[in-house]
Amino acid sequence: MSNDTITQALESLATNAPDGLLDEVLDALGILPDEFTLVDGPTGPAYVSWSRAGVTAYVPRSIAGSPEQFAAQHPRPADYVDTPPRRLAGHLDRALETGRLGKLAVDLDALGEFQRKVLEKCAEIPPGEIRPYGWIAKEIGNPGAVRAVGSALGRNPIPVLIPCHRVVRSDGTIGKYAYGSTMKRELLRSEGLDPEAIEMTARGGTRLVGTETTGIYCYPTCRHAKRSSARHRVDFRSAAEAEDSGFRACKVCRPAA
Amino acid sequence: MTTTVADINWRLADDTDAAFPDLVRSLQDGIFSGVLQLTRNRHDAEDVTQETFVRVYRALTGYDQERIRNLELRAWIWTIALNLCRNRARTRSRRPEVSGVDLDRAVTTSDPGLIAADAAGLEIWRGRLSRVSPAQRYAVVLHHVVGLPHVEIAEITGRTESTTRSDLRRGLAALRKIIEEEPS
Repeated sequence: MSNDTITQALESLATNAPDGLLDEVLDALGILPDEFTLVDGPTGPAYVSWSRAGVTAYVPRSIAGSPEQFAAQHPRPADYVDTPPRRLAGHLDRALETGRLGKLAVDLDALGEFQRKVLEKCAEIPPGEIRPYGWIAKEIGNPGAVRAVGSALGRNPIPVLIPCHRVVRSDGTIGKYAYGSTMKRELLRSEGLDPEAIEMTARGGTRLVGTETTGIYCYPTCRHAKRSSARHRVDFRSAAEAEDSGFRACKVCRPAA
Repeated sequence: MTTTVADINWRLADDTDAAFPDLVRSLQDGIFSGVLQLTRNRHDAEDVTQETFVRVYRALTGYDQERIRNLELRAWIWTIALNLCRNRARTRSRRPEVSGVDLDRAVTTSDPGLIAADAAGLEIWRGRLSRVSPAQRYAVVLHHVVGLPHVEIAEITGRTESTTRSDLRRGLAALRKIIEEEPS
């Protein structure tokens, strides 16, 4: 056995590091670049970005501009790719089509706990329905934080997919939107709602509607309220007024007391 | 990619985040190859290699530019990797695996071939190297598997260059003896 044979064998032990080691390291350090691509959204083309954990941002191209401009404004480094990875692609298409997150993972790790709770609650609002800011505040156990809810939604990094356009002012007006109230109205119209009619109803003082046959009151866009016929419909100015008339709150839309 | 070592020092000093991936790419194979011989199995080797680079990045972000430009990067990174290997060996021996399943060992065959083309060969060599004294093992692995020069190994292990040369000589002699005593 010569030393040469041994050293040759030792040299042959040299190998390659496993694939993906660099990504693991960058991910552990929190500096793994996001990837992003262009998708067809309900208001036209939009950039969607994602980390390993899930979707991190959604910005209409009309707002962001070129891919380079999107990447420059993204809070983390981001690389453009032609298609999303398979683990995301199907869920992303379905979410854009149905207006529900479904199984699409979102990555809200960069946000504070309050904003995360607000956005997770917002994601529960089904397409074609709206809720006031105060509803989210109450639902997350922070009924006094209505303004904070508004500003948390205003900084929603994943609008459209997390449907902050479905949250409106407590006086029934559609309210502001990070990309302008025109886009908010356009999104609501794409879900079959009529923002102007909604505001008209609200201006008349109606905040909630009851169904005589069931004795239940709802937000006007709740799927249960929309199902009842105009004949059996009662308008209320407040939850207190509905309760006084012997109605109980809907367990699905849970109108704020 | 043709990045010289000095080149990457300047780029790291200039923009650590931008240059760090290239640093990992240029050194990961060498670090992993060596660590693979100095830990119990592939899983541990991946862990130690990853942790090494995580620590390297964290350290770099705390250094000023002048310090980064003057770093002997490879030797410095190997010092970190070798420490992690030593620590891991210590915790392992203090708290042995309950399940005791070693993935690499599961594929060991009786083929005592010298050339380590597969996992079995790798495991056989790891067994042989584990019977050599630590200082000699580090010298042999860093020189013959990773390909580092004597002077760099001396810097990593904190020994003199001449001690490193004798570590290497004795390490090889010990290996030869171990191999010759193996049942054929």
